[in-house]
Amino acid sequence: MEYVYRIDEDLCKGCGLCVSVCPKHVLEIADKVNTKGYFPAYQARPGDCVFCATCCRMCPDVAITISEAEEVSPPEKG
Amino acid sequence: MGKTFRKPEALADVPTHYCPGCTHGVIHRLVAEVIDELGIRGRTVGIAPVGCAVLCYNYFTFDFQESAHGRAPAMATGMKRVRPDLVVFTYQGDGDLASIGMAEIIHAANRGERFTTIFVNNAVYGMTGGQMAPTTMPDQRTTTSPFGRNVDEVGMPIKVAELLAALQTPAYITRQAAIKPKYIVKAKKAIKRAFTYQLERRCYSFVEVVSTCPTNWGLTPVEAVKWAEEQMLPYYQLGDLKTPE
Amino acid sequence: MSKILMKGNEAIGEAAIRAGCLNYFAYPITPQSEVAEYLSRRMPEVGGVFLQGESEVAVSYMIFGAAACGERVFTTSSSPGISLMSEGISYIAGAQCPAVFVNIMRGGPGLGGILPSQADYLQATKGIGHGDFRMLVLAPASVQEAVEMVMMAFPLAEKYRNPVMILGDGLIGQMMEPVEFHDDLKVAPSNKDDWATNGMDTRGSDRRNLVKSLYLDPEELNAHNLHLKAKYEQMAREDVRYEAYNTDGDYEALIVSYGTMSRVCRTAIDMLKQEGVEVGMIRPQTVFPYPETAVREAAEKKSCKKVFAIEMNMGQMLEDVQRAVCGLRPVEWFGKCGGEVPTPEEVIDVVRPA
Repeated sequence: MEYVYRIDEDLCKGCGLCVSVCPKHVLEIADKVNTKGYFPAYQARPGDCVFCATCCRMCPDVAITISEAEEVSPPEKG
Repeated sequence: MGKTFRKPEALADVPTHYCPGCTHGVIHRLVAEVIDELGIRGRTVGIAPVGCAVLCYNYFTFDFQESAHGRAPAMATGMKRVRPDLVVFTYQGDGDLASIGMAEIIHAANRGERFTTIFVNNAVYGMTGGQMAPTTMPDQRTTTSPFGRNVDEVGMPIKVAELLAALQTPAYITRQAAIKPKYIVKAKKAIKRAFTYQLERRCYSFVEVVSTCPTNWGLTPVEAVKWAEEQMLPYYQLGDLKTPE
Repeated sequence: MSKILMKGNEAIGEAAIRAGCLNYFAYPITPQSEVAEYLSRRMPEVGGVFLQGESEVAVSYMIFGAAACGERVFTTSSSPGISLMSEGISYIAGAQCPAVFVNIMRGGPGLGGILPSQADYLQATKGIGHGDFRMLVLAPASVQEAVEMVMMAFPLAEKYRNPVMILGDGLIGQMMEPVEFHDDLKVAPSNKDDWATNGMDTRGSDRRNLVKSLYLDPEELNAHNLHLKAKYEQMAREDVRYEAYNTDGDYEALIVSYGTMSRVCRTAIDMLKQEGVEVGMIRPQTVFPYPETAVREAAEKKSCKKVFAIEMNMGQMLEDVQRAVCGLRPVEWFGKCGGEVPTPEEVIDVVRPA
């Protein structure tokens, strides 16, 4: 089963909690700001991600989603 | 454990006003997930407090009322009594519930009102700018205890869950935390159990959730989680304090 | 429909049930605790809700919660209790929910006394709570009128989506008088699906409702207040009620008085008439919206030399009478407070032209 991991860059407030809880240290804080002026989290090492969704559970802004490959909807979905 | 993850239907697809790292957002999601899983969105009415979470009514996708500061348990009582078929919950902060609203929460719990309370304990008044709350820790600096909470002057922080558990009326009283994934998973179970007791018209259900306030604690979100775990959890012990069984 | 001899407080409780209001939350306070005592027995009989709250503060929010989810609901209290409810009433007006509050007034301020008074007039009509809002306030002068006003209050509250107050006094609550319940005064509750938080399934909708009074955007709050203001102006246009007594012919003096006090004045007017002295009276039945036109026109009568505001307080409606008469005639106050009710003879001494 293929999964698609996505951080909604504009929902993320760069709080870093996901980065601190990821058991595989996949996530880091970007060095460029989003539309709100926050430095969002991103997958620095996506290959290491095991889709355990720990980050999703920790994210206060529900900015991280994991969906099954074919379930993914077109990227331009706002 | 894990795999797919998406925003619950009961949570609106809008950004929140909460500060970065504020775990209100986590608690909102847990409540929304439980409401989705129990399939009760169509007959649930939430009651917002006055505090940071007043605007939670913008983040849920079902009927909501906005109460006066501390009065949500009375509004919930009124609503649940006239419409017992509705699923009712109050979402309140520590200033709202444990200070101005203390009489309302104690009497609603003591009457055994069949609604659910989600009580977010982050040890300060958030919205008004970080003032001392009844749950502020000893020696904790806030904008109205700049030298640290002096327990000789203003007493010890109030353990609301224990206070309510001392009432004789059957109830589900539990304290959880939303500061780390391992606590969050347990918190969700407790919230689901609370709502289930309500659906069974069994008893009043109260879930205290230890939460962070990075902005008013003057800490980064990650430091705030650490502070909450090391300073608050030893005092605000987690677990079920009372069950109707 | 036969008349029943009933105590005012109990008749008020029964009237609400007859009006189709089966939800009552209250807190005991003299001189109106009998409403709660009566309804604690009666509501279960009719499948209604009775609950004694922990304080009037809490009760006002039980009322708000019940009203916000679309149910008819009312409470009764007395002066100090109403003061505690003022924040809740402001929220209910701001959130535009219908609800009925009965104030059986007692002496004030502070703990004051437990005997009848009309000392909450300004509170009820001018400043019941923070913010620009008003309550529609009905002032009964008898147990029968109290019953009728309670029954009318529910459709009025729903018409305006605003709290309505019945402003009685200890006598109205404590007296026993024969009453009749006119079933034709009962109006079915209005549909509230477009605003009430009665549950999306209840109204078969996936559009959620939100009952709130918070408007952080100043323009929105201003627009909201203008909308509320329009309602209060509509009340003034459509729902002013008053009674004129002995004002057809000429009269030398005009009394303006309401509630129990107006009954004493009526006796004084009848006694003066036997002495050949004509005195007229305007009795406001709504004290908000105030019948200023009626008072003004009654004062304009050429024969009328003086206007008296007679009330069981230190001169509160006096200000509305002065506003209505607007300097056309001298306006004087007479009244007593603390529970003493002026006698007809005392009224005559004040009103009889020198």
